[in-house]
Amino acid sequence: MSEKKTNRRDFLFTATYAVGAVGAGAVVWPMIDQMNPDASVKALASTEVDVSTVNPGKTITVLWRGKPVFIRRRTPEEIAEAKSVKIEDLKHPEKDEDRAQNPEWLVMLGVCTHLGCVPLDQKGDYNGWFCPCHGSHYDTSGRIRKGPAPTNMEIPEYKFVDANTIKIG
Amino acid sequence: MSEHEYTPKSKVGKWFNDRLPLLTLANHLTDYPTPKNLNYWWTFGGILTFCLITQIVTGLVLAMHYIAHADMAFQSVEHIMRDVNYGWLIRYIHANGASMFFLAVYIHIFRSLFYGSYKSPREVIWIIGIIIYLLMMAAAFLGYVLPWGQMSFWGATVITNLFSAIPLVGEGIVTWLWGGYSVDNPTLTRFFTLHYLIPFLILGLVVLHIWALHVPGNNNPIGIDIKKPSKDTVPFHPYIVIKDGFALLMFMIVFAFFVFYTPNILGHADNYIEANPLVTPAHIVPEWYLLPFYAILRSVPDKLLGVIAMLSAILILAALPWLDTSKIRSAVFRPLYKQFYWILVADVLILGYVGAMPAEGLYLLVARIATAYYFLHFLVVLPVLGFKERTTPVPLSITEPILGGSPNLAAVKKKDSFKDQ
Amino acid sequence: MKNFFRISFLIAIFLGFQFNSNAAEKVEYLKTDWSFKGMFGKFDRAALQRGYQVYQEVCSSCHSMKYLSYRNLVEEGGPEFSIEQAKAIAASFEVKDGPNADGEMFMRPGRLSDKFVMPYENEKAAQAANGGAYPPDMTVLVKARGDGVDYIYSLLQGYEDPPAGVTLDDGVYYNKYMYGNKIKMSNQLSDGLIEYSDGTNASVEQMSKDVTTFLMWTAEPHLETRHKMGFKAIIYLIILTVLVYFSMKRIWSRIETKV
Repeated sequence: MSEKKTNRRDFLFTATYAVGAVGAGAVVWPMIDQMNPDASVKALASTEVDVSTVNPGKTITVLWRGKPVFIRRRTPEEIAEAKSVKIEDLKHPEKDEDRAQNPEWLVMLGVCTHLGCVPLDQKGDYNGWFCPCHGSHYDTSGRIRKGPAPTNMEIPEYKFVDANTIKIG
Repeated sequence: MSEHEYTPKSKVGKWFNDRLPLLTLANHLTDYPTPKNLNYWWTFGGILTFCLITQIVTGLVLAMHYIAHADMAFQSVEHIMRDVNYGWLIRYIHANGASMFFLAVYIHIFRSLFYGSYKSPREVIWIIGIIIYLLMMAAAFLGYVLPWGQMSFWGATVITNLFSAIPLVGEGIVTWLWGGYSVDNPTLTRFFTLHYLIPFLILGLVVLHIWALHVPGNNNPIGIDIKKPSKDTVPFHPYIVIKDGFALLMFMIVFAFFVFYTPNILGHADNYIEANPLVTPAHIVPEWYLLPFYAILRSVPDKLLGVIAMLSAILILAALPWLDTSKIRSAVFRPLYKQFYWILVADVLILGYVGAMPAEGLYLLVARIATAYYFLHFLVVLPVLGFKERTTPVPLSITEPILGGSPNLAAVKKKDSFKDQ
Repeated sequence: MKNFFRISFLIAIFLGFQFNSNAAEKVEYLKTDWSFKGMFGKFDRAALQRGYQVYQEVCSSCHSMKYLSYRNLVEEGGPEFSIEQAKAIAASFEVKDGPNADGEMFMRPGRLSDKFVMPYENEKAAQAANGGAYPPDMTVLVKARGDGVDYIYSLLQGYEDPPAGVTLDDGVYYNKYMYGNKIKMSNQLSDGLIEYSDGTNASVEQMSKDVTTFLMWTAEPHLETRHKMGFKAIIYLIILTVLVYFSMKRIWSRIETKV
């Protein structure tokens, strides 16, 4: 068999394999993508909460995208405490001003950043939240202070539609 | 099994293979000596494997989104069709895949009938095949119920009511099947469970089917026993793999055409109406692949006898290796059998046709004649033909057209013409 | 090859039978050009938007559309309203939500994520309001009728006086395309019934065509994607088939047997 012939044969087989592999990949993708959030899940993006009945020092919990969101109306002492902390002392340095648009209202995802449990309100060493699963302590701004959680509790996208209504998402 | 002992080249391979001979198995499958004259009708075994895997994979995916509850099933199917990423594609592949699966299995069965592949020493392969076919029908029926449309509901009602034909215990069995006094939510959830189970039973039986095949090896278009490996055989890989692959791709083009351009043509419009226990659709028809048996059922005026006739029509196939008394396998050398074979094909198509028509007047008469002929073919024609038929001489090998007796070039030529299909 | 012809012949006869019998039973439907038919079929965007208007102003007072959401109106391959338009459409409906903190259900303006608001609370209410006949949900209506779009298009224009000898009960109308010719829905369309926002003349024929196009989309929202993907898939399969064919010829040329 001549050199040229061998090359052509190799090319034919290589091309067949290559084209076949592309097709196999294209078939696998729908089977994977079907497990991603579907169109109806993606559409349920936002929820509006009426906070007119929440007094200072109280927290309400609402459900957003299947997760709890803590909405706490903080007392002046809590705000002062949150603002007084030195940024250098924090495991995950974030200013309180960056976490609460309006210092009176803290809106955050009530999910421990360690492994996803829901922390308890007004517990722990820092007067904030305490996660009973593995002992993470959060302060009055929801920042991690002690324990295994790596980051502060997450702040979702939200805005005040009016003085009494918060739109999350 | 292959003639020579296989030893892996690498040390690790040998170590592993001594403990679990997977490599020996792989080697057996690639080297498996296959008759070189197999025509394209033989590629449907591979195509059926593809169909089964496609149905299992798409079915698993659908099960992630489907809700087996009478109040939500229909809605969840619409959810799959509208919202789930690629859900419409996966569902249409699964729904049309059932039809393609049956199309392939009918070709596979009729190929076997033509070339006598069910005869000694392949009876066990054949019987496992019949069991697979029965399970396929069960899976298809159960699956058709799941979308909970009008045809689902009334199909389930009619088919489960077949069991009420059994004397004394019939009614009890039907109530037991339903889990209530009609087809309802308990029926749906158990049908879903069984629909999920059966494909894995089929998968297990397919392994046995192939195992049983690899003991005597493939039959071939001229139906003679061949030496393996020999000049008459080629190794499975790459020769048969590439040929099966080519045929599979042709099949997939047809499949794709149905999925993308006429996805609902093989289904029934009434199944897009949510199940309503108060209203029966005007024409209840099963899916096309069950129509011949449906015609047999309706052609018998007695309830119990109708059910028995329908079941016998399938079970009689299991007795085929003993009903066919001819020593010659392939119809190529059986001029009379060949004629009867085509009459049977026409008979089954006619049964399928009248099965889709209302059971009255001329249709009913035709259905009765066709039903009678169906049984006549297996119970009378085949046994008698084996004794009476004058067969043409059979060659001794595939490569050397030396015939038992005088050379018969016509037969050899015919063999070649089969391959061109 | 001979067998192949024989099989083809048998199948041809078989199909021939089927088509003949179909033709004998059925009426000729009105014909029109559907832009979404064929391998490259696409929806006519303007027709879908007009069709939505017909559904909204005429059909929706009785027929629900329960599997469709307002967000679907924005999606590619549909009427493709702008997000603002769709939000305005959704907000024009009152949606029941709740329970609120006091445990009560309340009404609020619709959002994109809401399903189309139903004209009746449930099927029984729909029947009670329509003389016992349930106006079927329209989302998949086109697929739930054997002759699909042609049937619906014709039916909308098929009202006429009953022929001599046919008596109709109260609340039953004669329609030459309805199965059995008797229909409980009265003729809903008349020329100029609605005013299309794009200025198209709202003839009965135009409205029938537009609303039927809209119903085809509600039944098959991914039709355009399906057609496009199908074309690519089949071209791909043909290319691979050709490559495999030549590879097969090459491999089998090693032995002296035709494949």
